[in-house]
Formats: sequence, C-alpha cells, structure tokens
Amino acid sequence: MKYAFFPGCVSQGGAPELYPAARVVCQRLGIELEEIPGWTCTGAGVIQEKNQLFGDTLNARNFAKAEQMGLPILTICSTCQGVMSQANHRMRDAEYLAEINSYLAEEGLEYSGQSEPKHLLWILIEDYGLDRLGGYITRQLTDLKIAPFYGCYIVRPTEALDIADHPERQQSLEMLIQTLGATLVDFEGKTRCCGFPILTINQKNSMAMVGKHTSEVKDLGADAMVTPCPLCHLNLDGFQPKAASQARRSIDLPILHMPQLIGLAMGMSPNELGMKRHIISTGPLEVKAGVRR
Amino acid sequence: MDVTIRVKRQDPEADGEHRLPYWQEYPVTIADNATVLDALIQIREDDDGTLSLRCSCRSAICGSCAMRINGHAGLACKTIANTVVQDGVITVEPAGVMPVVKDLVVNFDMFWEKIEAVDPFLKHMGREPDGEYIVSNDAMLHLSGVTSCIMCGACVSDCTVLEVDPTFLGPAALAKAYRFTADPRDGDSDGVSMERLWALSEPTGVWDCTRCNECVQACPKGVAPMDRIMAIREQAIQQGYNNNNGARHTDAFTESVAHSGRLDELRLPIKSVGGFTNMPALMDYMPVAFRALRRGKMPPIAHKNVDNVEAVRRLFRQLEPDPPAPRVSNNSPFG
Repeated sequence: MKYAFFPGCVSQGGAPELYPAARVVCQRLGIELEEIPGWTCTGAGVIQEKNQLFGDTLNARNFAKAEQMGLPILTICSTCQGVMSQANHRMRDAEYLAEINSYLAEEGLEYSGQSEPKHLLWILIEDYGLDRLGGYITRQLTDLKIAPFYGCYIVRPTEALDIADHPERQQSLEMLIQTLGATLVDFEGKTRCCGFPILTINQKNSMAMVGKHTSEVKDLGADAMVTPCPLCHLNLDGFQPKAASQARRSIDLPILHMPQLIGLAMGMSPNELGMKRHIISTGPLEVKAGVRR
Repeated sequence: MDVTIRVKRQDPEADGEHRLPYWQEYPVTIADNATVLDALIQIREDDDGTLSLRCSCRSAICGSCAMRINGHAGLACKTIANTVVQDGVITVEPAGVMPVVKDLVVNFDMFWEKIEAVDPFLKHMGREPDGEYIVSNDAMLHLSGVTSCIMCGACVSDCTVLEVDPTFLGPAALAKAYRFTADPRDGDSDGVSMERLWALSEPTGVWDCTRCNECVQACPKGVAPMDRIMAIREQAIQQGYNNNNGARHTDAFTESVAHSGRLDELRLPIKSVGGFTNMPALMDYMPVAFRALRRGKMPPIAHKNVDNVEAVRRLFRQLEPDPPAPRVSNNSPFG
C-alpha cells in the first residue's frame, strides 16, 4: 500500500511529534508514504474565508501533484482533511474546476477532479482493514480508558465528507480505540470544537472550550483523550494548563495523537512516539499501560 | 416499526426529583415512514399526556419542533424515524443553549433578543428614492438563501461558542444581519451597510465564530449561517474594518502561505495580536511558549519556503482581490 503523503503544516510546526510518529507507525504497518513534493498549506479554512479561489487553487495544486505521482492522498490532520474535502466538493462544478486549472496550467499542472484525499483514520478502516490492524497489536491496553476527540472538520459538513456513502466515518475513532484494545470513554463533546480557531481572537472562549471538554472527560475517569487533529492537540494539550487555571481546577488529562495510541498498542515506546514533547505528562498513562513502572 | 424513544425530560418548576433532568424510555410501534415528531405526538396522545413538546405545521415551515435527535439539533417533523434509529433506540433531547421550560420545550427569549440586537429591518442611509426601490433579480435570489430561515433555533442549539459564551450574537442573528448587509437597499446609496459592518466587527460579533460548521450542519433550511458570518467578515474587511485580531489573523495567515507556501506558526500569533506593539498579549503567551520550548515543541525559527515557491506567489498575485479601503481605526464613524 502506497500513498501520496500530505502531512500538513502543524505536524511539522506546533505539534512536531506527530510527523515522525505517523511515519514510523505507517512504516511498521506496511503503509508506504511518499511525501507530495512542494505541497502547500490547504488554507485551513482561514484563507478560504478571505479568498476562496486562492485557497481552493492551492488544494487543486496539491491534488494535481499527487495525480502526477499516481497515488491516492493520505493526511494525518482532521482540519486538512475537511478543507481538502470541501475544496474538492466545490471543484465538482466543472466550470469552477476549469477556471482553477487555467491558473495551474502555467506550472504545467492539471487536476482531474477525481482525487479522494483520506485521513489515515479513514484509510485504516476503509482501505487497510481493522482486522489487519488488529494483527499488529502486541500490547494489552484494556486498562487504558480513552476518550475520542475528532476535530470539527473531519465530521462536518457531512455533505463534503461523503458521510452518506461512508456512515462508519462518524464512528471511526471509537472503532479504532476499540480495535486497539483500549476501553472507550464515550462523551458528548467528542465532535465539538476545541476552540483553536479563536485562540488569538477570543482566548477566554477558546480556553473555556478546552476546559469544558478536558474536564468532562477527566471526570468520566478517562486516562487520556485521543485525536486525529494536530490543531486540537495544540489547544487541548498545549493550552490545557491555561484552561485549567481559567476553570480554577486541576485537569491534567494527557492528549494523544492518533498514531501515538496505535504505536503504543503495537508495542512501541513512548520515546519513539515523541510523547516526551507533550505539555501534559503522559507518565501516569504509560505506567497504567504497563509501558514503564 | 418497533422503536424505543428515549427522551430527556425535566420540569424545572416541579418539586422533587423531576426538577432535574432525567431519561424516560417510551417503546412505541410506528409506521415505517413516520417522523420523530409523529412518534412523539403518538406518545403524548396514547401513553403519557405529561410529555411536553412544541409543534405546529409538521411540514418544516413553522420552526417549532427543533430539538436534539441523537445529540444533534434538527426538526423532529423533518426527520424520518427509521433513518436515525440506532440499535432500536432514538434519543431525543431539548434544544441546547436555551433554558428548558419543560421537557422538549425551551425558552426562546435569548434567541429573540439576539435577533433584535442586529436591527432586523432595512436601514436606508442615502436619499429615499422617489418611487419604488429597484433591486436586481440576482440580488434577491442571493438573499433567498438567508431569508429561508424559519427561526427554529437549531443553529443556536448546537453553536459551540454560545455553549460557553451567551454574549455571542450567534448564528441565527448573524445570518439575519447578513440578510441586510447583502441587501442593496440597506446602508448608503451603494448598498454598503457601514454602520452594521462596524458593529458586527466588534466583540460578540462575527470574529467570535470558531468556524466549527455545527450551524451549517444543524440548519434544516440550508441557510448555512457560518458561511454568512464569513461573508460578513469579508464585507467588513473590504470596508476597512480590519483593526482587530480576527482580521489580522486572516491577513497574516494568508500572507504567510502566499509567501512561503506553508504556515509560519511562530510568527502567526504575534502578527494576529498586533505585533510587538501589543506587549500585554504577547506576555500572556510567554508561559505557553516557555513550556513548549522546554519540551522541544516550538515551531522552527527559520521558516522555509516550499520548492518552487514562485509558483505559489504567482497564484496569489493573480488571485488577490482588490485591496480594502484604507482605514486605521475601528472607531465608529457614527458617534
């Protein structure tokens, strides 16, 4: 299995532990990743609100490059997934696609409109198979209570994400947690917003969202939250101390990147998975998982 | 079809245990094409007359029966029961954000207060025309998307910002505001609603939206409130109301990607809060930055360009919209 890899900016920027963790986990699973040369940011929905045509053209450029590689696209970011899917959805309009292709022509690129970018989460379920993934599990994680947190853009709007054809995508993270042998802690906030997009605009509200979700999960007895979105991770992990201070309580809930939980279940070490780089210590969770004493 | 309707009930005015929320299950047999509302009415008529809910038209026109079905807001009359049944159960809760009056009935006072706060009527600032206002078909067709709103409150129910901050104007009122900022009859003789755009750019307005898409998903009429909020942001920036963190964030983000192909995460927050002139905001980030630095989590100091970055820069130059009107302050020009 080979994919055109779209890592997204944050996996090499604010959450630099994600990129190597995803790479090493995919390698062990036999999923070959070839990075799209010169890929650009998807626009994260921010560029699109100011200049949708520019944002969508950037995505078409990435898709065209992947088509030249002859490979389907794999991403490890919920936000990138959503923005790519939304841009792709708009480009189903032939006239719009033709306009975008007229701008790409100067670079000798053309996008067919046929690409279907997928998050590693979806790929594991739809292309790889959870049974096959189960075959790689060597570490018993039953004692770990894990809550899912999707990130808005991988669950909404459902039309652009082809949820009608793939209803299982709405339960994908829960399915993965259970396949990995951990105990699922379901909670209402799993598909809500982490507050990251308004971090520099209304920090109080952003922190209220972080505080609400992490406290709720902590109070349900979870050992950690797992997310397929590095932007959620930045806010839920990096800003959790600030959110806790605003909420006037202690929270201390470790937040795992999705590939890290997979790696742990596959017997990999927390160091290999970059867990030392988290703001909220994963130490207690590692003890509980029997990774260290 | 046999199904169990699991209803979150509450009677805040009652004495005793029912004052707090509790779950009650109603096993019912309904027709295969029955809606969730049909099931609830059947329960109220046949099983339990104390179950309270609002409904009227049963045709997705009146907007009375918005509630959360399996955790997400929608109209009970527009939701076919057999499309949402999960393991024989459909979970029904009152709409979120607004306080519960009883069972599935919520108090809409805050909803209407927010609608009133955006002055939901045409305000023509120029000279009144001698006869009727002539408006193009295209302009009215564009507005028909927003005027389809039936004020059901589904978007407000699921708004992630209102959940933590009741002062936010919220998706319904902001979509209503767009109905006027995009109306050529509103504002000055060019149809520019300066006063509204200034007010909507203030705190509690368009920049507080997280772009989470909950309202787009919840709206049963395709109004897409979030898209309207983004359109107001663009209108406001075009009129020069860009002296706020939201507009700066959008500008800095776009510039970063247009210049290097990728996001410069180190400089983005600095530029968003207004650069080094805003020391209090920057100092506020210091503990977070320090913790990140200690864990080796800081984004690279030297931000690299992607290969063939000139192609990206050229695309941006080609597709860049006209620059906004120069304006340095967000002070209201209206006193």
